[in-house]
Amino acid sequence: MSATEKDIKVHLHTQSAGVIWDKVFKGTAFAFAAMVLIVMLAIMVMLFKEAWPTFAHFGFSFLYTSEWDVVNDKFGALVPIVGTLVTSLIAVLIGVPVSFGIAIFISLMAPSWLKRPVGIAIELLAAVPSIIYGMWGLFYFAPWFANTIQPFMTDNLGGVPFIGQFFQGPPIGVSIFTAGFVLAIMIIPFIASIMRDMFDVVPTALKESAYAMGSTTWEVVWKVILPYTKAGVIGGIMLGLGRAMGETMAVAFVVGNSLELNTGLFYPGATIASTMANEFNEASGLHMSSLIALGFMLFVITFLVLSLAKWFLLRLEKSQQGDET
Amino acid sequence: MKFNKKLIAGAILAATASFTLSAQAEGVNKITGAGSSFAYPIISKWASEYKTEKGVEVNYQSVGSGAGIKQIIAKTVDFGASDDPMTVADLEKNGLTQWPLIMGGIVPVANIPGSKQGEFVISGPVLADIMMGKITKWNDPALEKLNPGKKLPNMQITVVHRSDASGTTAIFTNYLSKVSPEWKEKVGEGKTVNWLSKGNLGGKGNEGVASYTDRIKGAIGYVEYAYALQNKLPYMDMINSAGKRVAPTMENFGAAAANADWKSAPAFRVVLTDQPGDDSWPITGSTFAIVHTNPENPGNVKAVLDFFKWSMEHGQKAAEELHYIPIPANVAKLIETSWSENIKLK
Repeated sequence: MSATEKDIKVHLHTQSAGVIWDKVFKGTAFAFAAMVLIVMLAIMVMLFKEAWPTFAHFGFSFLYTSEWDVVNDKFGALVPIVGTLVTSLIAVLIGVPVSFGIAIFISLMAPSWLKRPVGIAIELLAAVPSIIYGMWGLFYFAPWFANTIQPFMTDNLGGVPFIGQFFQGPPIGVSIFTAGFVLAIMIIPFIASIMRDMFDVVPTALKESAYAMGSTTWEVVWKVILPYTKAGVIGGIMLGLGRAMGETMAVAFVVGNSLELNTGLFYPGATIASTMANEFNEASGLHMSSLIALGFMLFVITFLVLSLAKWFLLRLEKSQQGDET
Repeated sequence: MKFNKKLIAGAILAATASFTLSAQAEGVNKITGAGSSFAYPIISKWASEYKTEKGVEVNYQSVGSGAGIKQIIAKTVDFGASDDPMTVADLEKNGLTQWPLIMGGIVPVANIPGSKQGEFVISGPVLADIMMGKITKWNDPALEKLNPGKKLPNMQITVVHRSDASGTTAIFTNYLSKVSPEWKEKVGEGKTVNWLSKGNLGGKGNEGVASYTDRIKGAIGYVEYAYALQNKLPYMDMINSAGKRVAPTMENFGAAAANADWKSAPAFRVVLTDQPGDDSWPITGSTFAIVHTNPENPGNVKAVLDFFKWSMEHGQKAAEELHYIPIPANVAKLIETSWSENIKLK
């Protein structure tokens, strides 16, 4: 047997073993991936089954009525649904620009000795338990906000036609707006660190060429980095949004826990997660079912928001391909 | 070296064995309970005293009255505790029995700038109107009429309530339903109710309500007496069912309990709100202990009864220190009779 023959044999042998292992590997990976789908499906089925008495009893009116009366078994989810959407929207409106600034600073402008400390600080912020944010919001931010910013906003914006109504409310500091603000602070570390990771992978050649052609930093960010990273950036925002919608403890501390519909952002309100956390351990019957129905709605809303983002992204990509051709 | 190790191991083994043996000789050495957070401070205080005295550990989880009832029905604990007594039908259906284990007072607290504890007085119907949002300012004529000669500010009232489902809310709304037909019709009573006042605010736990009321000018809330004392919240006096002004004191809570008709109430189902008597504090409530009448492990229930018997005989001082009202001796007798009548302990 010559050396080459032997080599070939060994090679064949290892290959056949490799094929088997490859199959096992594929199968395992598939099983794990399938588990995600099964778990998600199982959660949906369970939620829907437990929530069914409420849906059967109230029908669609569960979604658009605002009365939440445990004593008389009347449940409408409008207040928590609106509360969840509005607090998350405020969080994203405040959080995204700030995160964007942080990420751009770290990735493009910070001197290299500053990059690591700021980056680590952001990751540490992401690891702070939410109850800490809740307590800070309740004991420090809310009173300060009630005495300074809120009267200022009510005085200066409260009289403006149409938008004025959003800046009304008693000066107590715990409100839909406060919850949105605390959520913004909570999601900034997530969005910022994802954005920074994204910005860091933009090929240096692209950035350097843009600079070489005389672009300002602003132009590089807007015309090179953002188009290159938009999928990741939007993904990061969506992750933050998802966290904001599901956040429970911190919101329960600062939202005011009032199931009453108000246009003013400075009124106490409630979100889906905070309502569930508050009422779950004493609920039974239709009340319990309605709380689970709330959970189901949160699931649906999150799904809709994520799908919308995906669709938006696809459209963006298509229109850009259109531009290029 | 090796020898040493063996020796130590042997000593430990022997010690453990003798410990388990002695514990077994005394019977059950650990019982579990769950429920009312209203009664949690006193039960845990009793538990620690009981452990040093009798060596029996009482593990009580403050999970809320409703959850306590669920857990005793599911038999995951030896006793449940609820601020809201179960109905006789529910007790019979699940093979349970209940008795009052401790009583306490709930007080309205108000943040009227510059006011002292007990400076202002409020009546039940006016309190209901405030909680419903019918009275929205502190200088409302109804409040001024109750407090002649006192300066009430022209200030918005912010209603503070419990955000979590709570036995305290159940007792409070039970009282409001008794004194205000309109409240009964529009809101009703329960552990969570639909608060109608505009801009109402929910705080988590007694401490949540206490801290909001303390901080927000013009706020009114309701807390257990102990929390009002600890946080130095300005509580209000009340007009009771006899039309007399009463202050929230241990004596007046006790008066409400003494005037209650425990004897003729089936399953001790008395809610102590709006009781008759010149001195009775109107918003008084009690927490009920619940056990199975035909338990699977009679030893544990026997230990539970021993614990509560001990608490009625030796736990008064601890109760008064924490501003609860202990069970009066005559009621304790009734309770022990009901045990021997209802609970089968082979």
